[in-house]
Amino acid sequence: MGPYILRRILTLIPLLFAVATLTFFLMHAVPGGPFQGDKALPPELLARMNAKYGLNQNIGVQYVQFLEHLVRGDLGISYQTQNSVISTIKQGAPATLQLGLCAFAFAIVLGLVLGVLSAVNQNGLFDYIGVFVATIGAAIPSFVVALLLILVFALKFHWFDVIGWTFGSPKTMVLPIVSLGLLPAAYIARITRASMLEVLRQDYIRTARAKGLDTFRVVRGHAVRNALVPVLTVAGPIFAGLITGSFIIEYTFAIPGIGTAFVTAVSLRDYGMIMGTVLLYAFAIAIANMVVDVSYGVVDPRIRY
Amino acid sequence: MASTSTAIPFDAPEFTFASKQRGLWGQAWQRLLRNRLALAAGCILGVFILMAVLTSFSTTIERYSPETVNYSEINKGPSSAHFFGTDNLGRDNWSRAWEGMRISLKIGFGTQIVVLIIGIGVGAGAALGGRWSDNVLMRFTDLTYAFPDLLAIIMLRAVLTGRSWPIIGGGDPQIPGLSGILLQMIAAIAFVSWVTIARLVRGQMLSLKESDYVLAARSMGASTRRIVFSHMLPNTLGPVIVAVTFGIPLAIFAEAVLGFIGFSLQPPAASLGTLINDGYAYYRVNQWMLLVPTVGIAMLMLSFTFLGDGLRDAIDPRTRR
Repeated sequence: MGPYILRRILTLIPLLFAVATLTFFLMHAVPGGPFQGDKALPPELLARMNAKYGLNQNIGVQYVQFLEHLVRGDLGISYQTQNSVISTIKQGAPATLQLGLCAFAFAIVLGLVLGVLSAVNQNGLFDYIGVFVATIGAAIPSFVVALLLILVFALKFHWFDVIGWTFGSPKTMVLPIVSLGLLPAAYIARITRASMLEVLRQDYIRTARAKGLDTFRVVRGHAVRNALVPVLTVAGPIFAGLITGSFIIEYTFAIPGIGTAFVTAVSLRDYGMIMGTVLLYAFAIAIANMVVDVSYGVVDPRIRY
Repeated sequence: MASTSTAIPFDAPEFTFASKQRGLWGQAWQRLLRNRLALAAGCILGVFILMAVLTSFSTTIERYSPETVNYSEINKGPSSAHFFGTDNLGRDNWSRAWEGMRISLKIGFGTQIVVLIIGIGVGAGAALGGRWSDNVLMRFTDLTYAFPDLLAIIMLRAVLTGRSWPIIGGGDPQIPGLSGILLQMIAAIAFVSWVTIARLVRGQMLSLKESDYVLAARSMGASTRRIVFSHMLPNTLGPVIVAVTFGIPLAIFAEAVLGFIGFSLQPPAASLGTLINDGYAYYRVNQWMLLVPTVGIAMLMLSFTFLGDGLRDAIDPRTRR
């Protein structure tokens, strides 16, 4: 497994390089420059600003310079705040990653529990509740869920805060996590239910029952682990969706994460910030996919690398 | 000698098939009709599409212009004059909702049309065009999978906007009913979503290329063109239709997210996403502004999901859950 992980890490480098290149040319194709705001600057001032940051040069030259800086781990400064991009991202990244990971954990736990319970009580009351929750959860966009949760639990009952994010404080964490994680939870529940129903029909489950194990032991010891592989397959894309989808939740709850930073950076054409946030997102997604691929082997020992 | 007599056949009943024979699509249609949930979803979608089209043609059904402001009727609840109430500027929620539905549907279907054209073209090209084109596509797929979707849409939207493009530029719509900015959204969303279809078509075509009936067709001397168009394409169509049915709500969803943060159409034009955003700003005084588009988008999502499930079961019974 060691060499496999090493190989995956090595393929990360060309991937991030490609993402950086695509982002570079895309963001330079956005009309206007970082200093062309609502209020037009005098032309000579604009020219001096562009010259200072090397923006008056040929795009190819700029690209080569950008690559030189990137290799040294330097993403430049944010044109808006004049702080270095790395330090700005360091401020925002924890909130985004915490939110993404918590929502991911929430989605996995809720989805698995709902899916397993539905499958075990197929066509029972619990199944209907589970399928109902999964269906509704899959149909309502995360920001609508967020709005409804805010209306009910923050403004009516005052149980939670309307905005903000403090790690470790449930008052601020519950609503963003639930609204971000509900849709993937519903998706995971559907997949788990289908895969559990498939597994529960297998002969070895009948054998396990025949030797007198109670339902809990059968499900925990024999069924769940075998039903997990299809769930793992979607876990990578789900994590990617959560981490990129988090910016809408950050926007709704006014969480100062990198999603908010990205959206402002695009509208202000703040090149360094755009690049930094995109690279961080791509990196997080690539790592998550790697973890998922490695965990196949843990869940199913028949899979080797 | 033996008398010559003509053989008289027994009075056998004429042989008839027990059931009418149906082709692949006929059978799929029958299976779909038996799925009540998918059928109901299809009917709801039909009504939505019909209403969205009718309201754009008939002022009797639209009742009010979605853009007419009426300051004496602000934030009203539902009544016989305004079925869904009025919004913060006195505009009729009924006509606003159908306008939003129409724009969201345009984005959903428009995106999938572009995705189909690019996806089938590239997927088939990769599968049939040999190793080199296949490699290029697969590397590109890796890249788009690594690139966060919504971020790419936001950036593409920023790249496309504010220019004088021939068709998708600003100003008056050059294609009736599809303004430039709408087409920009469609292009941006389609650009990140065609990969799924391309991969699907490629996978299907690669496996079909080795199948017995393609071999049989080839051995009978059918041209490559004939094999691809009359044997392979129809057989890839099933999974593609299912993927498109699931792709439509995803596109609508993506647009709604962008509309919610103000990165989509400009007012007074409104999709369901922008309507929800407007509604959220006024939820304290007027719940109807939030409720109507929310229920609308939820029903749209549910219907497409159920129809997609039904189509998948109907077209490919092996994957039935």
